[in-house]
Amino acid sequence: MRYPVDESATPLGLLRTANAMAIRMIENYAKNLVLTVQDYSLFSARAFSNLYRPPIYWPEFLMQADIIGVGSLLIVILSGLSTGGVLALQSAATLSSFGATAVTGQFVSLTMIRELGPVLTGVMVSGRNASSMASELGSMVVTEQIDAMRALGVDPMRKLVTPRIAASITMLLFLTIVADACGIAGGGMVTVFMNHQNGTQYLNMAWEHLRYPDIIQGLVKPLFFGYILGSIGCFYGMRTSGGTQGVGRSTISAVVWSSVIIIFVDFLLTQLLLTLFPPL
Amino acid sequence: MTAPPTFPQPGQDHAFPSDEEPVVAFRNVSLAFDGPPVLDDVSFSVAPGETRILLGPAGVGKSVLMKLVNGLLRPDAGSIQLFGQEIADMPEEQLFPLRTRIGMVFQEGALFDSLTVRDNVAYQLIQEQVPDDEIDRRVRDALRFVELEETFDLFPASLSGGMRRRVAIARALIRQPELLLYDSPTGGLDPLTSTTIIELIVKERDVYHTPSLLVTHRIQDALILCNHHFDQSQGRMVPLPKGQTDPGTTFLMLEEGRLIFDGSLHELVKSQNPFVREFLA
Repeated sequence: MRYPVDESATPLGLLRTANAMAIRMIENYAKNLVLTVQDYSLFSARAFSNLYRPPIYWPEFLMQADIIGVGSLLIVILSGLSTGGVLALQSAATLSSFGATAVTGQFVSLTMIRELGPVLTGVMVSGRNASSMASELGSMVVTEQIDAMRALGVDPMRKLVTPRIAASITMLLFLTIVADACGIAGGGMVTVFMNHQNGTQYLNMAWEHLRYPDIIQGLVKPLFFGYILGSIGCFYGMRTSGGTQGVGRSTISAVVWSSVIIIFVDFLLTQLLLTLFPPL
Repeated sequence: MTAPPTFPQPGQDHAFPSDEEPVVAFRNVSLAFDGPPVLDDVSFSVAPGETRILLGPAGVGKSVLMKLVNGLLRPDAGSIQLFGQEIADMPEEQLFPLRTRIGMVFQEGALFDSLTVRDNVAYQLIQEQVPDDEIDRRVRDALRFVELEETFDLFPASLSGGMRRRVAIARALIRQPELLLYDSPTGGLDPLTSTTIIELIVKERDVYHTPSLLVTHRIQDALILCNHHFDQSQGRMVPLPKGQTDPGTTFLMLEEGRLIFDGSLHELVKSQNPFVREFLA
C-alpha cells in the first residue's frame, strides 16, 4: 500500500519553500528601501522649503546651534589635533625617503582643508548629533508628544525639524573651520616637537600652496554634510515606531546612514569640485 | 480698554456654534494599516453641547477614531466633517488652525517633558505670543480648575500619573475649545484618581457645555459620567436622582472596528447585542 506524499516535506519541496521565502525577503527589503528613499525625499524637500518660509523659530534655531556647535567643539578640536598630528607623522616618514620632508606643511594643510576636515567633522558631529536628534524626536513620537504638538496646532516640521537642520548646516561650517585650524596646528606641533623640523617652514608651506579652490572645496562640503546629518537624524526620529526599542533602532539607523551618506556624497562632491576647479 | 480674554469662570456663558449642525460628523469612514480594517464603515456625529462616550475593549480602534477626528490620521474612505468643514483630504497646513479650536487629552497625558507645567499648559498661548503676565494668569486659572495650582513651576517628571492627566486637561481647556477629545483619560489610574478625573470632565461638561468625545474601556467611568452632574453651589459632583441620566451624554460602541451601538444609556442596557451584553456584564 502507498501512502500519499506531502510534497512540501520532501527535500525538493523544502528547497522550493526556502527559495520562495528568500525571494519574498529580498522583495520586501527592496520595497522598504524604495519606500524609505521616497519618504526621505519628501521629508527633506519639505524641511528644505521650510527654511525659506515663515514662521521661522529663531529661539529653537539658536538653542540647537548651541547644542550642535558649542557642544561638539571639544570633540572636533581633539579629533582635528590628532588627525593633523597623525598626518604629519605619516607624511614625514614617507617623504623623508624622497628627502622632501619640507612639504609636510603643504600635505597636511591641503589634506585637512580639502578632505579630512569636512569629512571627519561631518562624521564626528553626525555620531554625536544625528543620534541625539533621532533619539530625542523618537522619544517624543512614542510618548505622543509629536501628536500632541500637532493637536495643539503647531507644525513639528517647522518647530522641531527645520531649526535642527538649519543649525546643523550653519554650525558644521564653523566646526569644519575649527577642525582645519586644529589639524594644521596639530601637524605643526608634531613637525616641531617630534620630527624636529622648522616650524616657520611648515607654516609657510601650509599657507603658500593653498589656493582659493581648495578653500571653496573645504567650505562647500560641510554645507551638504550638515544638511545630511540634520535631515537624516530628524527623519529617523520622526518615523520611529515600536516603543523604546524603536527609539534605539532609529538612533542606530540615523548614525549609520548619515555617516555612510556623508562619505558617499563626499566622493560625488570631490569629483564635481575637481571638475569645476581642476588641479594645476 | 477691555480686559483680555481669560479662562471662563463657572456660571459664565460659554459660546456655542449658533446652528445645530454637528460639530463632528463621520460618514462611512474606513481605515486599515497593514492588515484587516481598523475602522470599518463608521458613521456617527457629535452635536453641539453633546458628550459622546466611545466604549469598547482595548484594540478595537477607539484611539484611532479619536485621531481621525482632528486629522492626526487620514481615513482610507469616507467623509469626516469638523466644524462643518471636510477634513478627510484637507492639507496639513490648513488643519493647524482648525486644531487650535479643539482641546485633546491624550492617553498618557503627552505632556512635553522638557517644559514646566506652566509652559505645557500655556503652549498654545506662547506660540501666539500672548504677553507673559496674561499667560501666567490664564495658566493659574486653568490649573485652579483642575485643582493643581501648586504645580505651576514643576516639571512633568515630578508629577504622578493622575496629576499629569489633570495638567493635560488644563492644557486642553486653556483656550476655551469648541470641542474636547478625551482619549482614555482614566486608563492605568487607580479608582480614586479615576473618579477625580471623571469629576473634572463632568464639571467641564456641566459648567461650560463644550461638546466632547470621550474614549474609555471602563464602563464604571461611563456610568458615573451619565448618572452624575456637577453641583456648582456645592462645588462638587453629585449623583442624579435615581433613574435619571444626563440627557446630553450618549454612547457609541466599537467591536473590531465596526460601530455596533449608538444611543442612550437606557438603550445600551436594553441592547440585545451579544457583544454589548458581554461588555456590560
